Amino acid sequence: MTDTSKHGHADHDHSHHDLPFWKKYIFSQDHKIIGLQYGWTALLFLLYGFGLMLLMRWQFANPGQPLPLIGNWFPESQMIGGVMLPEFFYQLGAMHGTVMVFLGVVPLAVGAFGNYLVPLQIGAPDMAFPKLNMMSYWLYFVGGVIMFASFWVPDGAAQSGWTSYPPLSILAGQGQTVWLVGMAFLINSSLLGSINFITTIVQLRADGLSFDRLPFFVWSQFVTSFLLLLAFPPLMAASVLQLFDRLFGSSFFMPTGLVVNDQVSAVAGGGNPVLWQHLFWFLAHPEVYVLILPAVGIVGEIIACNTRKPLYNYKALVYSAIFVGFMSFVVWAHHMFLTNMGTTMNTFFQVTTMIISIPSVIILTVLVLSLWGGSIRFNTPMLFAVAFLPMFGLGGLTGLPLGLAATDIHLHDTNYVIGHFHYVVAPGTIFALFAGIYHWFPKMTGRKMNETLGKIHFFFSLILMNCIFAPMLIQGLIGVLRRMYDPMQYAHAQPAQPLNVFISISAGLLAIAQIPFIVNFFWSLFAGQKVEENPWQATTMEWTAPSPPSHGNFVTPPQAHRGPYEYSAPGCKKDFWPQAMKETN
Amino acid sequence: MSGLTPEEVHHHVKIYIRVFLALAALTVLTVGVSYLRLPVAIAVAVALIIATFKASLVATFFMHLNVERKIIMAILALTVFFFIFLLIWPAISRF
Amino acid sequence: MSDQGSIRYISHPHPVTGVTNSKLGVWCFLASEVMLFGALFSAYILLRTGVSSWPHGSLLLNVPLATLNTMILISSSVTMVMSWASLALNDIKKYRLYMTVTILCGLAFLVVKTFEYGHKFEHHHFPSTDNFYAIYFALTGLHCLHVIGGLIVNAYLLFPGSALWKKDPDQFRGRVEAAGLYWHFVDLVWIFLFPVLYLL
Repeated sequence: MTDTSKHGHADHDHSHHDLPFWKKYIFSQDHKIIGLQYGWTALLFLLYGFGLMLLMRWQFANPGQPLPLIGNWFPESQMIGGVMLPEFFYQLGAMHGTVMVFLGVVPLAVGAFGNYLVPLQIGAPDMAFPKLNMMSYWLYFVGGVIMFASFWVPDGAAQSGWTSYPPLSILAGQGQTVWLVGMAFLINSSLLGSINFITTIVQLRADGLSFDRLPFFVWSQFVTSFLLLLAFPPLMAASVLQLFDRLFGSSFFMPTGLVVNDQVSAVAGGGNPVLWQHLFWFLAHPEVYVLILPAVGIVGEIIACNTRKPLYNYKALVYSAIFVGFMSFVVWAHHMFLTNMGTTMNTFFQVTTMIISIPSVIILTVLVLSLWGGSIRFNTPMLFAVAFLPMFGLGGLTGLPLGLAATDIHLHDTNYVIGHFHYVVAPGTIFALFAGIYHWFPKMTGRKMNETLGKIHFFFSLILMNCIFAPMLIQGLIGVLRRMYDPMQYAHAQPAQPLNVFISISAGLLAIAQIPFIVNFFWSLFAGQKVEENPWQATTMEWTAPSPPSHGNFVTPPQAHRGPYEYSAPGCKKDFWPQAMKETN
Repeated sequence: MSGLTPEEVHHHVKIYIRVFLALAALTVLTVGVSYLRLPVAIAVAVALIIATFKASLVATFFMHLNVERKIIMAILALTVFFFIFLLIWPAISRF
Repeated sequence: MSDQGSIRYISHPHPVTGVTNSKLGVWCFLASEVMLFGALFSAYILLRTGVSSWPHGSLLLNVPLATLNTMILISSSVTMVMSWASLALNDIKKYRLYMTVTILCGLAFLVVKTFEYGHKFEHHHFPSTDNFYAIYFALTGLHCLHVIGGLIVNAYLLFPGSALWKKDPDQFRGRVEAAGLYWHFVDLVWIFLFPVLYLL
């Protein structure tokens, strides 16, 4: 990592070189180091969350069978003779969801990519509040450790779903309390981060970088930050109330006359379990747009770069992203159609849910149309980005019968729901994140990842993800229920058991398919092909900084002279015209 | 806000004192009204109206919203919209 | 360690937005706090409208004591904004005076609350007693935590943090203003909490 930039500013900066190791790399306030910290931690948690799921897949495919080779490593509280206990199954389920969403995907999409790229793409030296940025990471780290450690609590980890519905979650063991405390850390980490992103994007844009010239990735992070800022606090409030119920015996969510194990529960009562659902989903619905917006932002950048033409309709993308963000706050109760809400409420949320599909489709359509007439380079990032489009499309379409209350009656709480949201997140968001890693790896390290390994990773991941999640849609349609240790106890579900075997084998193979990626990643760090600042010949500002950028990012603050996607501009000799370049290219 | 002249600051201070007196008076009023034991719906309405008025005095004058910029007002407007939504919708979900 | 020297608009406002980074940041934070307390108020509404009877606050809670607390908090809001105004007039001594009074008022508020809570616990009224007490403790407890947070920030700005006044008075004034905005918000929440819990 050579530091090729000259330092033109005053005495402040000399201090950076004299920083001790722990201040430069551990408690760093540099957005790039923090972004990498988020990246490493999130990738490890994604692997961990995947591992939790693989254990569950064994149980699905081989119900009641001992887990070979490693089954006896697990304590009696989790597996007896290698046979998974239901309690452990439910812990795996709750923690798989929690880890993937809150410790994996969002920290990678927002904490890693957002932190690393936003200041660079807007021509800023760092985020607006570097100390706050550092605190965000460490709060996330502590929250992650707490969640990880929750398996070792006497009654095991949280086991009431990632959704923690009461009364079950109130009655559950200590792991649920640990989950609530862990969530408090993660929520506050996210809060500080969102304040930082909003302030940075509003205040620290380079001269000439008006909002209508912002890279779409920055817009997507901007909208995402508002979602995190305003939607998380109600979950924080709800968590406080749930802690009260669990620790102080209050009855916020405990109804009167609840019978547990043939005894009437000794609480004051008067509470409402649906209150939790309202407050939880008030966050958790915008949360899914937090999962997808950075992804479409990444895909937009990569498509423009690898088609050598501007995105089809920048304004439509931006307005749709803003509209999606706004609407995401008023659709939450489509997760609650079966909670005996009145018909007016059901209708209201059904209508808003149908409306929100419009901007989503506009975004997808614009991205697809952006391919039309392009000079397409099918490198690994582009393969992932292009595959994202139909996969996200499928995921979105499968959401329609869930958003319509009448069909949701049959599909709610079945594997169809699991198929739907995994389509959007796995071959959807995660593919976009892989695309981002392959695309920006050269900027972060000065080396390219290997194309052959990348393509192997891509093809097998694409095929296997479809093998895993498409059958789940079918299972759901015939009535296989989700969150069940033994879904085949119902006769109507039994014909689906061969699909469970097929899915589990595919999941195991998908794990193996990640090996080329992991090998590629580490090998390329040390021996990948060395590249210059702008190996993809892209237009956005991060590509004018050295690879990797040094502290302060730019020698002189850049200025924006044009839009972000001036590819194949008429009159230009080269097929790209960088945003920060003053003269003609 | 940093570019204020001493005269402007003194003018602001006069306003702060007046707002303080208004807030104190409104506090006495809201407590006094509660002793009237009005029917619930009316009591709620009156209490919330007085509280909202007090809050707007604090927000407008102590928090300088009367001279604050558009960007801040925009963020607040967005927040207030979602706040009201969150406040009302769960409670009326049985309809 | 970050290069704070090249991050713009720390002390002076952005030419287009007209605000400093800290002012925008603290308003974003307050927006999130509105949603936090909004969720609790929403819970209160849902719980109260879901039952046929709900006790009148004045029967179970100490209205005179809470009225006193309301006056204390309003006064502290005035002294907080006066401490900012003193800095605008470059009077560091007056700033210290007003900030000290603000902190003392905050401490007084907490002392009164301690008496209130103590009285409740003595009479065996806990969050587990019923939902009236549960939401009372949850709302006022979270509010108290916010008061404590504000006191910590204000104490920092009165003691070690005030060294910034000599190095960069504009940035320090901005920090005091930001802390003031937070403190006024804490007062704002109480302005709604008081009638909702105690008078209805």
